[in-house]
Amino acid sequence: MNVKVDKNGYYGNFGGAYIPEMLYPNIEELRENYEQITEDAVFQKQFQQLLKDYVGRPTPLYHAERLSDKYGAKIYLKREDLCHTGAHKVNNTIGQILLAQRLGKKKIIAETGAGQHGVATATVCALMGVECIVYMGEIDMARQKPNVERMRILGAEVRPAKSGSKTLKDATNEAMRHWINNPSDTHYIIGSVVGPHPYPEMVARFQSVISAEIRKQLLEKEGTELPDYVIACVGGGSNAAGAFYNFYEDNDVNLVAVEAAGLGNDSGESAATTVLGKPGVLHGSKTLLMQTEDGQVVEPYSISAGLDYPGIGPVHAHLFESGRAQFHSVTDEEAMVAGVELSRLEGIIPAIESAHAFAALEKMEFKPSDVVVVNLSGRGDKDLETYIKWGKY
Amino acid sequence: MNRIEKLFETKPERVLNVYFTAGYPKLDDTLGIMQSLEKSGADLIEVGIPFSDPVADGPTIQESNGVALANGMTVKLLFEQLAELRQTVNIPVVLMGYINPIVQYGVEAFCKRCQEVGVDGLILPDLPMFEYMEVYKPVFDAHGLLNIFLITPQTSEARIREIDNNSKGFIYMVSSASTTGAKTGISTDQEAYFARVKAMSLKNPTLIGFGISNKETFDKACANANGAIIGSAFIKAIAQEGDLDKNINEFVNGVIG
Repeated sequence: MNVKVDKNGYYGNFGGAYIPEMLYPNIEELRENYEQITEDAVFQKQFQQLLKDYVGRPTPLYHAERLSDKYGAKIYLKREDLCHTGAHKVNNTIGQILLAQRLGKKKIIAETGAGQHGVATATVCALMGVECIVYMGEIDMARQKPNVERMRILGAEVRPAKSGSKTLKDATNEAMRHWINNPSDTHYIIGSVVGPHPYPEMVARFQSVISAEIRKQLLEKEGTELPDYVIACVGGGSNAAGAFYNFYEDNDVNLVAVEAAGLGNDSGESAATTVLGKPGVLHGSKTLLMQTEDGQVVEPYSISAGLDYPGIGPVHAHLFESGRAQFHSVTDEEAMVAGVELSRLEGIIPAIESAHAFAALEKMEFKPSDVVVVNLSGRGDKDLETYIKWGKY
Repeated sequence: MNRIEKLFETKPERVLNVYFTAGYPKLDDTLGIMQSLEKSGADLIEVGIPFSDPVADGPTIQESNGVALANGMTVKLLFEQLAELRQTVNIPVVLMGYINPIVQYGVEAFCKRCQEVGVDGLILPDLPMFEYMEVYKPVFDAHGLLNIFLITPQTSEARIREIDNNSKGFIYMVSSASTTGAKTGISTDQEAYFARVKAMSLKNPTLIGFGISNKETFDKACANANGAIIGSAFIKAIAQEGDLDKNINEFVNGVIG
């Protein structure tokens, strides 16, 4: 199926660049230059080198035997949790910092929810010696204190987003406002496949290394590049976009996206956008969006701060609408149980975001011959407090 | 002819456009504020449709949006409040808002209601020119609504020309790289930008907004454009204690006086 972005930034009915005129020159500069810059051989060499030597790529594709036994399929884990900084987020921030340098930008801003993208941004800014400001919702700062301090140790300034609901969407609003006020010398590193075109496609391309490696590694291990299933969690959807990217055209590969259902999709406390959302416009793109009848954006809820976003990337809205990907939603409780199960069966404590992807295994039916790849997008160290508070282990 | 076009024909100078957020400070203040503005000498009124995520706005207007939403403001209610607008208010009215609430209301239905109550134009900062031309323009045109575009100090000359060619009514000149209410005063850099745009002799009148807060900044803006837009400073003025009508009258007269 065609999942390519068109020249106006659309994936099917979703995408575009709904930005105030104040940001037009910045977005236009990116749109005109990002392909040429990122496809340049020198850029690619530097990017690949950093992914290898600094991030630690390729990440292993690990055959999880005990998990496979339990679910009756051949399950592989794509170990993004082993990336430097503990999650896939750094693939994108390495790419964008190199891009920002080519564009001559001296300062970096970013938004963060759980703090993983903020840490990954602060990390590459330290690496390149660039000034870094990270906006984070005041409420998220309180519940993700260790990541706030990690960013500060790395030399970034963490600015609390005090407007609105004081979480990820407000941190994104504040980062956009900062960019409006500082358009010439600043690059905004968006952390997910959201925002105005070309961000969703640009971030997906930087993350596409995940599925490129899966193909290569599966060929070695299984004699075929194509799994039967690829499963990934979706908040904004960057790890899923990266894990799906090189399989879009392979219609025999089932793409499975897992959203956070919080306390349940009927509870009023959920972040399952494809279940609860309608088409709308937020943060520069037309996508599925959780909103009131009057078009006001609704604050989502999930135990996982990284899935706590009222929209999804436009590519995922398109994958959903076209039926190219199946979508599941998983409650807090199901995700926590799956996180502990992975810890017990494989000795890997996953990030609670990633635990959502594992909880989907329970909801699916497999043949013993099925090859299933679960994208283990991050490690659980940052979530210890949440595991402890939940307590059922 | 649209009321906005008529206004600039009869008064090409010192046009004062005042912004406020519908449903603020109190839910039912909307129409009363508009009546007071006209009586006090404002030439054009920009009514903000509150939104949960107003990314182009600074703290003052963000807060007014939050208060208005908490008061229970909706697009549907706004049209009810404006149902008898044209029985008492004669000056042109534009609605300013973010695109999502309008998409949810239905673009066609929204434009139809605008025409019925007597709205003359729309300012939708997150509706890009490309989308406007492709999808929205025919609907706006069919209902006599002018779409007001923004330009900024970063907008290229070629794009300013393109915007001028696709505009009717006036062009909203954002005075500096900023969100609303972020900066006050006008620097020499900004004056150079104003002069640059003035020298382009655009077809459309221009109104300068962002950073205009009092007589001094209003006069400076008027020396460089056909008038100016005041938002955050007016929101602060009507947030004050005391008689709303009196506060509005004092504010407007302080600016144009």
